[in-house]
Amino acid sequence: MAQINITNVSKIYAGGVEAVKSVSLDIADGEFIVLVGPSGCGKSTLLRMVAGLEAISKGTVEIGDRVINDIEPAERDIAMVFQNYALYPHMTVYNNLAYGLKNRGTPKAEIDARVAEAARMLEIEPYLTRKPRALSGGQRQRVAMGRAIVRKPAAFLFDEPLSNLDAKLRVTMRGEIKQLQKRLGTTSLYVTHDQLEAMTLADRLVVLNGGQIEQIGRPLDVYHTPASTFVASFIGSPAMNLLRATREGSRLHFGSQVLESDRLSALPTELTIGIRAEDLRVARAGEQSLTMKVDYIEELGAQRLVHGMLDGKKLTAALSPEIELSDTIALTIAPSRLHFFDVTTGKRLAQIVDGAVGKREDTGALEMAGG
Amino acid sequence: MYRTKFFDHVILLSGVFLMVGPLLVALMTSSHEAADIHRNGLSILPGGHFIETYETVLTKEGGFTGKITGLRMMMNSLILGLGFAAGKVLLSMLAAYALVYFRFRFATITFWMIFTTLLLPLEVRILPSYEVMNTLHLTNTYTGLIVPLLASATGTFYFRQFFKSIPDELLEAARIDGAGPFKFFIDVIVPLSKTMMAAIFIIMFVYGWNQYLWPTLMTTEEGFFTLVRGIKQILLVWVGSNIPDYNQAFALAILAMLPPVMIVMIFQRWFIKGLTESDK
Ligand SMILES: Nc1ncnc2c1ncn2[C@@H]1O[C@H](COP(=O)(O)OP(=O)(O)OP(=O)(O)O)[C@@H](O)[C@H]1O
Ligand SMILES: [Mg+2]
Repeated sequence: MAQINITNVSKIYAGGVEAVKSVSLDIADGEFIVLVGPSGCGKSTLLRMVAGLEAISKGTVEIGDRVINDIEPAERDIAMVFQNYALYPHMTVYNNLAYGLKNRGTPKAEIDARVAEAARMLEIEPYLTRKPRALSGGQRQRVAMGRAIVRKPAAFLFDEPLSNLDAKLRVTMRGEIKQLQKRLGTTSLYVTHDQLEAMTLADRLVVLNGGQIEQIGRPLDVYHTPASTFVASFIGSPAMNLLRATREGSRLHFGSQVLESDRLSALPTELTIGIRAEDLRVARAGEQSLTMKVDYIEELGAQRLVHGMLDGKKLTAALSPEIELSDTIALTIAPSRLHFFDVTTGKRLAQIVDGAVGKREDTGALEMAGG
Repeated sequence: MYRTKFFDHVILLSGVFLMVGPLLVALMTSSHEAADIHRNGLSILPGGHFIETYETVLTKEGGFTGKITGLRMMMNSLILGLGFAAGKVLLSMLAAYALVYFRFRFATITFWMIFTTLLLPLEVRILPSYEVMNTLHLTNTYTGLIVPLLASATGTFYFRQFFKSIPDELLEAARIDGAGPFKFFIDVIVPLSKTMMAAIFIIMFVYGWNQYLWPTLMTTEEGFFTLVRGIKQILLVWVGSNIPDYNQAFALAILAMLPPVMIVMIFQRWFIKGLTESDK
């Protein structure tokens, strides 16, 4: 068990591709950190540098109090779970779990004990004598987890361990990984491109974009105060609506439609407005509203996603299924729920919190949130 | 399911006849007496001298020095075949391992250089090779017979392709599990390559067993003669009124065929598995 300190780490591949650009991240002992981002953003590269499978071009990585830049993967006191499990196909499950311990010269009795313990925890005891070929995907995944656990490492590294499983199993395994990690209290670094997985697993999320950290924060903080349009559109499903708007005094113009609030004065005149689908609701008579032309509807059961156009721009609203729908609906939103982003940089500008437009009695102050 | 029809059987049977017919004739003819064969030619019916002929062939001391028996030749052939096959498998595995798992300069060039030698038959370099062995005084030794033939582009190529199909994560997992290059080779690569090794071994065994030109060049002492050479030797005695021992020649030919056929038959399943599917 140990903390991990990643300081100004870069990866420059042969050929000059800078896959990770000066990333710094401090992971506390026992913390579950999820690296999330779109394909090719450098998540795996960063993880593999911590694992020692990829050389660190610049910067330092410390595990515990040791700089591990030049230490062999086996000596780093980490265990890794791979996307394709990477079990040794010719070894039984028992031997798969025991191999790392054997190589370390662990006494036979202790290997037995540890394998038995891990197998019990993961409920793979019945398969110990089987070869990986004779296991289902989910069972293989458990064995891969087991191989990590028996080592009792300072840190677990996961590279998209669930993406080869079907949707339902993924949810179950997600829960189990989380539980197991809590129980063992082992510092974990988990890579995924699935934002839902990231949200549900993480103590803290790290959103990566183009090799750089876009935002670090607890899942809900990232969800509610995304640091940029990138994070806003990446975290949360459906993705946050992002609309261009201009401000004139206390009025926001979305093309021909207008929203008014008395707390907008600190904002620039050109803006990108972020609106979460679930923050939109149908306007009551007499309320100010935005009119959306409905295109199509996705039924999710508890919710209904209404996709449509707001003055020629796409908008998605999550509404209750009980609401009667027509071709156009009048929607409104509490100004406190609006997100403001810089038009050119995409960085978060500020959030106003008041009850002027949507009659929601929220309190708070105008807040500047830098990138 | 597809039901075999009459016509299919005709094709299959004619195939069998074409392939097995000559062997059968050789086997049958070998059980007649030499004079018989000389007079009546080949025969498809058994003669009465089966055991006799084979016993002579296996145990009679013949040749110029009168010391070489069929059994001895068979052993020589086996040593050549097995040494050749085992050596080739080992050498080409190690070469392929280096090519695939170690990043060294000019690895690709090296591979293609090895690969192009595939196009050259042994005969192209047979004289220089002989020269080298002669200088090292290795003619008439098993070492001289086997070692110069061990480098194998075919084997290296097959193993390289196979190793490349093993997922990288396996290497990475092994590295994290604390296995160095040697351990990884022994603990992971070798067990995974078993069927592949068997397949290459069989091909190479048959290839080595059937070598003719190289052993002829390398060994002048009859103690080192192989079966394939022995057959030739029997037919050489055609001088004056001597009739060559046709029956013995046929018997030797049959004997020379047996081990490769047996090896292929026994390892057939592995062989097919090794060449067609990868065990992952
Ligand atoms: N060996 C390499 N040589 C050169 N560039 C590489 C190499 N490996 C990865 N890259 C590049 O580095 C970038 C980051 O790759 P990485 O594998 O870390 O992405 P990722 O975030 O894990 O994506 P995914 O979600 O698809 O797995 C990519 O643009 C990729 O093309
Ligand atoms: Mg990846």
